[in-house]
Amino acid sequence: MEEKVYALGERYIGAGLSEGTIVLDKVPGNALGAYLDGGVIEVHCNAQDATGDTMNDGEISVFGSTAGYAMRGGAIYVRDDAGYRAGIHMKEYKEKVPALVIGGRTGSFLGEYQAGGVIVVLGIGSEDRQPVGNFCGTGMHGGRIYLRTEHLPKDLPEQVSARKADESDMAAAAPLIRRWAEKFGGDAKALLASSYYLLTPNTKNPYRQLYVTN
Amino acid sequence: MLKEGRSAAGENRIPAGCAVSSIFSRSGKRLDGSEIVRSISIMHERSNGLGGGFAGYGIYPEYAEQYAFHVFYNHQKAKEECEAFLNRHFDLVNLSKIPIRKMPQITDEPLIWRYFVTPLHTKLMESQLDEDEFVVRCVNRVNTEIDGAYIYSSGKNMGVFKAVGFPEDVGRFYRLEEYAGYCWTAHGRYPTNTPGWWGGAHPFALLDHTIVHNGEISSYDANRRCIEMYGYNCNLLTDTEVITYIFDYLVRRQGLTLEEVANVIAAPFWTTIQNRPPKERERLTYLRNVYSSLLITGPFSILVGFTGGLMALNDRLKLRSMVVGEKDDMVYIASEESAIRVVQPDLDRVWSPAGGEAVIYTLDRVKGKTAKGGVNRAH
Repeated sequence: MEEKVYALGERYIGAGLSEGTIVLDKVPGNALGAYLDGGVIEVHCNAQDATGDTMNDGEISVFGSTAGYAMRGGAIYVRDDAGYRAGIHMKEYKEKVPALVIGGRTGSFLGEYQAGGVIVVLGIGSEDRQPVGNFCGTGMHGGRIYLRTEHLPKDLPEQVSARKADESDMAAAAPLIRRWAEKFGGDAKALLASSYYLLTPNTKNPYRQLYVTN
Repeated sequence: MLKEGRSAAGENRIPAGCAVSSIFSRSGKRLDGSEIVRSISIMHERSNGLGGGFAGYGIYPEYAEQYAFHVFYNHQKAKEECEAFLNRHFDLVNLSKIPIRKMPQITDEPLIWRYFVTPLHTKLMESQLDEDEFVVRCVNRVNTEIDGAYIYSSGKNMGVFKAVGFPEDVGRFYRLEEYAGYCWTAHGRYPTNTPGWWGGAHPFALLDHTIVHNGEISSYDANRRCIEMYGYNCNLLTDTEVITYIFDYLVRRQGLTLEEVANVIAAPFWTTIQNRPPKERERLTYLRNVYSSLLITGPFSILVGFTGGLMALNDRLKLRSMVVGEKDDMVYIASEESAIRVVQPDLDRVWSPAGGEAVIYTLDRVKGKTAKGGVNRAH
């Protein structure tokens, strides 16, 4: 079969793809791999907004920067940075546990309204400051965020509780970090030896009470 | 002029999103308009054909001392009335139709005229206003009082070109390849809350400030009520207009720097301000308090063109996309990275500004016009 050529800025590349691999070297348009359902996408440059929007299964690797979006399964690996609202409204159900691993730093509202899944921010190159923007985890009510940093964000909302991740906490993140290092050529051992904060929803102060008490 | 895009029920709302793009040469190199057309056209899907437009800076060097008025007329009578008004207040150094290329994609065009003018000395003296204020009041009067006449571009050595259509067609319609400027901004429109019509296409301009905007202003009416107290009239049926007047008011009349304007219209949240160092906290608190009615809420990404420079700004939540690319002396800012890569595949640096972070570039020779001059970046 002849390989399909994708245009610069083309939208919805790999939307709903259930098998096969797409390799891109020109910046794809918005909604790359939306509803991805088992296919594999490799992007050898930056990707745009809404990468992996509502993806259900499969894997997207970005050898550059981008934002993940509203996933419900599969995994996104980003070598560099992610923009605002990465991982917004990720959710999980039984064996469907989406993962988003970001090598660099992220914009504000990381994991906004997160309802499930795992987000890992390695913050490589930002070891001297918090690796995320403002309002991290706003509206979070499920899932986990791992931040590789000594600088916990000061403005975490009351719906989020943070603690230093211990060995059992790291069980869910370690395979993802290893896979990230394998893809992009990082030192997994050194990364895993760092200190991580784990952010989870604060069940004593659930998000539903933000608007109504019911 | 026809107001497109109203539903059968008479409602104006069509949900969507727009596109913006810009190209700026810090060394002042003049580029023809074809590159910016190529850039905006790759984001075709972000527009729906109900508005496209461009602003070019440095395009009229032969009339650099005159104000260049670009005017839409609904009918001949509006033209006669407007020209009579212009003759009473200005010395008309040159006037002509703006050259267009007839094409099936652009229809129902109004009469489109261009005037290079200087305020009449006697009138200006009599008014006891400075030249810019005199021009602003005249533009405001024409747009408010003369039915069917709209001066939509009024700066020196710059001009706005806009129409109902897709931006790539609008660029060809106005023969932009025949102009050369050191800065171009572009807009593809997908009108949401207001009708698509010629006057409502972007950029919006007053004197040399032009705005292209992707988003919608939730605070529009609060902003409008505030700015109308200072003599501006919002009569173009769309929210972006008010941003243009806010810039004119804060920069030209209040003397704020562009960074300060960004701190007013996209002010950080109080919780964010609290975590800043004391001096900065005090400054931001002052600006938020003094100009509270000029805080713009809702999603926006805007590009502001001005003589010698370009500014990009996102709303403080960054609810619209914006990417900046640099290559040697060239700067590219667009809604999508692909719109930059299509004209410059090889970039020295590409990044996304944070919400509320003013990104300002000025010509190398006029650095220092803004507080920091040159480029202002986070990190």
